[in-house]
Amino acid sequence: MTRNTQPLSLRVPEPSGRPGDAPDFSHLKLDAAGALDRPAIDARPVQMLDLAFRLIRVLDDEGNALGAWNPRLDAETLKKGLKAMILTRAFDDRMHRAHRQGKTSFYMKCTGEEAIAVAQGMILSREDMGFPTYRQQGLLIARGYPLVDMMNQIYSNASDPIKGRQLPIMYSAKDYGFFTISGNLGTQVPQAVGWAMASAYKGDDKIAIAWIGDGATAEGDFHNALTFASVYRAPVILNVVNNQWAISSFQGIAGGMETTFASKAIGYGLPALRVDGNDFLAVWAATQWAEERARSNQGATVIELFTYRGAPHSTSDDPSRYRPGDEHEKWPLGDPIARLKQHLIALGEWSEEQQAEAEAEAVAQVRAAGKESEAIGTLGQSRPSVKTMFEEVYATEDWRLTEQRREVGV
Amino acid sequence: MVDQTEAPASVAAEGGVQPMNMIQALNSALHVKMAEDPNVLSFGEDAGYFGGVFRVTDQLQQKHGLTRSFDTPISECGLVAAAIGMGAYGLRPVVEIQFADYIYPAYDQIVSEAAKMRYRSGGQFTSPIVVRSPYGGGIFGGQTHSQSPESLFTHIAGLKVVIPSNPYDAKGLLTASIEDGDPVIFLEPKRLYNGPFDGWHQKPVSPWKAQPSAQVPTGKYTVPIGEAAVVREGSDVTILCYGTMVWVSLAGAEHAGVDAEVIDLRTLVPLDIATIEASVKKTGRCVIVHEAPKTSGYGAELSALVQERCFYHLEAPIGRVAGWDTPYPHAFEWEYFPGPERVAAALKAVMTGGAR
Ligand SMILES: Cc1ncc(C[n+]2csc(CCOP(=O)(O)OP(=O)(O)O)c2C)c(N)n1
Repeated sequence: MTRNTQPLSLRVPEPSGRPGDAPDFSHLKLDAAGALDRPAIDARPVQMLDLAFRLIRVLDDEGNALGAWNPRLDAETLKKGLKAMILTRAFDDRMHRAHRQGKTSFYMKCTGEEAIAVAQGMILSREDMGFPTYRQQGLLIARGYPLVDMMNQIYSNASDPIKGRQLPIMYSAKDYGFFTISGNLGTQVPQAVGWAMASAYKGDDKIAIAWIGDGATAEGDFHNALTFASVYRAPVILNVVNNQWAISSFQGIAGGMETTFASKAIGYGLPALRVDGNDFLAVWAATQWAEERARSNQGATVIELFTYRGAPHSTSDDPSRYRPGDEHEKWPLGDPIARLKQHLIALGEWSEEQQAEAEAEAVAQVRAAGKESEAIGTLGQSRPSVKTMFEEVYATEDWRLTEQRREVGV
Repeated sequence: MVDQTEAPASVAAEGGVQPMNMIQALNSALHVKMAEDPNVLSFGEDAGYFGGVFRVTDQLQQKHGLTRSFDTPISECGLVAAAIGMGAYGLRPVVEIQFADYIYPAYDQIVSEAAKMRYRSGGQFTSPIVVRSPYGGGIFGGQTHSQSPESLFTHIAGLKVVIPSNPYDAKGLLTASIEDGDPVIFLEPKRLYNGPFDGWHQKPVSPWKAQPSAQVPTGKYTVPIGEAAVVREGSDVTILCYGTMVWVSLAGAEHAGVDAEVIDLRTLVPLDIATIEASVKKTGRCVIVHEAPKTSGYGAELSALVQERCFYHLEAPIGRVAGWDTPYPHAFEWEYFPGPERVAAALKAVMTGGAR
């Protein structure tokens, strides 16, 4: 008879640095740009297991595009992407300031993650449906959704497209392929699978794309989504945006210590790509690969986008209390805007002057939209009619709501 | 307010009394219990190193160690289920759900498992866990950071439901909940975390320091589960309320100029029915105030109980003031949140025979 006489002990994962420590990224194994092969889109998931553990990169440190994953985009597309990223950052900066000035109750930036939503929003069409979480504002911006409508939503003012009901940044834009955002983490991912199943059931050609944070992959909903996507071969792209932090918890708490987030797909028999999320070209190429796969009826792909959340989690957060202050500056994969700019300059298609011009233009565009939206009103200064509080709870109002609405006097 | 500055007999001899807000009082309860009992653990999303987004678990990890207070994956279902397993082993886990709106992913584990553990195992297994969570409106959190889910838990046999309204009660009730052998849903009114609420959204909020109930013993004491507090004695009408609505009710009574007896239920299950019954029989009238939507809210249960037990003493129909039957809308927070005017209107209605 054997007996375990060793006392057991509990392991609690800890990050490589805390406030006051020097940032330490020595644990990251980063592949060189162009190092990985690009499988055929009909490759079987078991033939490409290494792509779940390594890192697909196209842009090298000098701004050259290398290897089989280079999507060979024309300069116009690259410039369009760069400008949308610049505009996204300018929008974030202005709205973050608007919160500080008391104009709204809340805001969330996507600083450092702009390449993801912008590239992916450009690849898919508006007829496809995006099931975003709260850091995909770049998708709306890349598709030309009016900035003033985004701001009206953030200010819950009289022109808010969703009538003052949702927390700021929880947009809903059906015509732009942007599903209504939920505050409950992860719920959108299995819904995206269901939407994709419906397209397949109807014999349509639309696909779905969903995003979830590294932290939220711990929710059961993520795993439900993988099961359904695999069983029904749903035409969907499932993105895990690994920006290293879930509020104060590092990605090891979500299960990123022992394996990668991409590799979670393997047990479900789904193909998985792990991608440099700060590399516009790599994000583009991986998404295009997954898109072709979905459109040719071969089912779902899981993409881990490896990036860093540069800004606080939200306006309610202070990251200096839980991570080294300069961790973002030291992020070895750089900044997505700077890298695409460098690439365009290396191609001879862009210059520092054009960059400065584009930045100034973005600030002006955001300022103009800001003036327009603020003229309608910031939070509390202007609102939809109180009557709207009782509308659309059901398709038609029942007696309770009628009575309650009358009690409010509307 | 009832003067609660006098420390009860159960206060540890070494402890003095300190002004605390509700966050500090809850934090103190956890520190004291963890120091006393190595079986007490505290965990949740962002609840370890960072001490929770509302700071209720501040310094627990630094003081009591990494394996006693830690961050969990964002999996409410997973963390509550882990707590149930730990509780079955003999530990006393206190878990934090970051906002009560995120309790739903854990609902099955709480309702089907924790609640029924003792009963279905013939007493062989129990689930002595505490699920703590901030609830209610008042911070412009929109529909996913503002809900009041208490009635969903009072409906489930096997669960206790506790909701404090001030720092003194918060610490005493949390301590009692940790010591309780049953699963406790402990809902913390986040509108009251940093200061009391005068009921009027427009007026500046005063600090807890000015309130007698903020004089909190630093040592251990308990406020027993199942005892309501009469926070204002009165003869015209009984107001039944809990959490943030205690403050709104006090303001509403003052606004209406009605001599109301205000009862802070403190625990919804088990309910202090004797205090309620005695009060309604004395006043002959009853108004119930809660923030959760009216339909199937806890007010419906209270109303039925009062009607069953006090029918022949009632001089007017029972009044209910509650949140509307809509999701909690961001821009209309103050129209949604029952305020003193609505309480005053209900008081006047019951005083004049209850005509709607
Ligand atoms: C079901 C649920 N639980 C908890 C929360 C609170 N919460 C909001 S964001 C967040 C962190 C999410 O981190 P991650 O998924 O990594 O996304 P990121 O913010 O890093 O983009 C938490 C815990 C929530 N919104 N929903």
